[in-house]
Amino acid sequence: MELIALLIIPLVASAAELLPWKSAQAPGRMTVIAGIVQFTLAAWVGSAVLRGHAVVGVGSWVSCNAFDAVMLLTITFVGLTSAIFSTGYIGSPAYRGPVLKVRRYYTRFNLFLLSMIAVPLFSHIALVWIAVELSTLASVFLVAFDETPEALEAAWKYAILTSIGASFALLGVLMLYWAMRTAGAVDFTWTELYRVSAQMPAPVVRTAFVFLIVGFGTKAGLVPLHTWLPDAYSQAPSPVLALLSVVETCSAPYVIIKLLPLLSTPGLEPIHTWLIVFGLISVGTAAILMFQVKEYKRLFAYSTIEHVGIIFVAAGFGGTLASYGLTFQILSHALTKSMCFFATGSALLLTQTKDIAGIRGLSKVSPIAGGVLLAGGLAISGAPPFVVFLSELGIIKAGISSEQYVAAGLLVIFVVLAFAAIMRHLNRMVFGVPIAPASTTPLPRSLTIALALSLVPVAIFGLFVPNPLFDLLRLAALSLGK
Amino acid sequence: MPIPDTTFAQHLNLLCAGLFLLVTLGLIATRQVLASVRIFILQSCLLAISALLIGLVYGSPHLFAVAAITVVTKVFLIPLFLRRRLGPDMHARREVDISVGIPTALLVALGLTGFAYFVMHPLVQATTADISANMPVGTAVLIVGSYAILVRREALPQLMGLLAMENGAFLAGISIAPDLPLIAELAAAFDVIIIVVVLGLLTKKIHERIGHTTVGELDDLKEGEA
Repeated sequence: MELIALLIIPLVASAAELLPWKSAQAPGRMTVIAGIVQFTLAAWVGSAVLRGHAVVGVGSWVSCNAFDAVMLLTITFVGLTSAIFSTGYIGSPAYRGPVLKVRRYYTRFNLFLLSMIAVPLFSHIALVWIAVELSTLASVFLVAFDETPEALEAAWKYAILTSIGASFALLGVLMLYWAMRTAGAVDFTWTELYRVSAQMPAPVVRTAFVFLIVGFGTKAGLVPLHTWLPDAYSQAPSPVLALLSVVETCSAPYVIIKLLPLLSTPGLEPIHTWLIVFGLISVGTAAILMFQVKEYKRLFAYSTIEHVGIIFVAAGFGGTLASYGLTFQILSHALTKSMCFFATGSALLLTQTKDIAGIRGLSKVSPIAGGVLLAGGLAISGAPPFVVFLSELGIIKAGISSEQYVAAGLLVIFVVLAFAAIMRHLNRMVFGVPIAPASTTPLPRSLTIALALSLVPVAIFGLFVPNPLFDLLRLAALSLGK
Repeated sequence: MPIPDTTFAQHLNLLCAGLFLLVTLGLIATRQVLASVRIFILQSCLLAISALLIGLVYGSPHLFAVAAITVVTKVFLIPLFLRRRLGPDMHARREVDISVGIPTALLVALGLTGFAYFVMHPLVQATTADISANMPVGTAVLIVGSYAILVRREALPQLMGLLAMENGAFLAGISIAPDLPLIAELAAAFDVIIIVVVLGLLTKKIHERIGHTTVGELDDLKEGEA
């Protein structure tokens, strides 16, 4: 029942925004309330999964296992913080538009969140594909929110390129169905897939994988299919970016990650190598390109590409240890990257410039924004004692223990490069003498709340992972193994 | 009960698949926006016919529903929406830019078709012999469609290329997944409509704000210039 509620709440919230609200605050507050309810429900689902209850919504249509529960918690948490951030950001003087525009923003925001929540909940693989595709379509106008020529251009690129990817993924999904039918599956769900996986014809699954990696890889921003991503990231409003970066690492690779248990079948082993190679290319390219960016939003865009690559490498390593690292990485990246985008959004509001060169001494302009930006930069590039450090360490350990020394070594080199690139840019932004006189308008309260709220798990989980979460991550990792 | 003879339907389907591929190549060769919309309608009709024929071969009522959904959404609703929203853009008699010459583009498209056949060859042998044309043709259209998007510079022809790609994926799909649940088919059709609505509205907005829809010429967003 709670799974159905999780799907209905964003839908209702989205529809409610269409009512003719007079107050510009009401739509935002409603979205925050919906976000709180969703996160509570997700936590409830997580604890039910932990106690070993099978959480089933509707027969073979809507269900949730441990891995899905982790995705759900990640998505709803970022959904909540992003909703809180939106109320201050979209309502700020720099952004304040007509109420109609604000209402439209929240309608699309909730629809976007709905499509993201639907991905882990749908147990029917064809429906998962549709949910991923809808998450693109729901976010196109969020990316184009500013309606400047640049924003429209970025939105167009985003829509066309990810839709091309979706078509490729569709053929991959249909081929997967074909392989399942040949093996005697009665329906097209994940459980049925795992049941018949040993009988599925390997050549068909291999070809399906080619199309799935190309298709969902485009959506995830895997190099060389990433070209839309930095543009979209440079234009979209910051709270949207927080969600978008979660889509890149949760929703887009979701189908590929859920297929990992298949890879131990004879004839499918080469796919491990494909995933590692694709992943390493992305991590390496992103780390190098980070050095030459001029805009700080683009810097974090390349950092997202880097993390997508790390997740693919972890998927390629295989084994329970890597699956644990992978699941943890998805969670830690989402928590940290959303914080980074809240910090950049605050910086943009305070300084009104997107250029790295246009910001100096942010810590003096606003200690909160500067501090969180620095913490976010350190955290996202994998410095201890933040959460990404632990998850990346887990993945590298998994690589070493599965004797993939070259891949693990390259991964370490690229991650260190990315660290250097991010710190080089952020150092200049956070320290030094401010270019513009310190802004008189303080940060809106909701922005501060969102920043603080997202900093808590990033800092705490880096020191210790609470037992329930650790157990859930372990269960999730086990569900990805054979 | 004797199994009805479906050889004729299978041969017709082969013809259908061949025409489907030919029509898609027309998408690369045409220079007018309206023609590319018409090509899409024709292509969708062929997809529906192929679904009917394969439905006959497999005796699968699902595919009859797919044919009906295809006709309703792709032959009627989508062209209607485009005409309503983007009428002037669609009927423009001007020539649409293409970034390479048409003969070259066609040659590349033929090469891509050959490549699709090469990739699909091992899989085709696993399907029923006479409907196997759908697999390579569908894949070829998928790849040629993405190529058409890359060489086109205007919004509407790019959108048509995208829809052609989806049709290609479905043409391959109906031969290998004839009993996909109806809800998935309905949702996919819904998805295609959303694509058209979202991209159609975006095209309109681009037109209003920038004055033209030559999206290929939008290159403000380049690395290192910002």
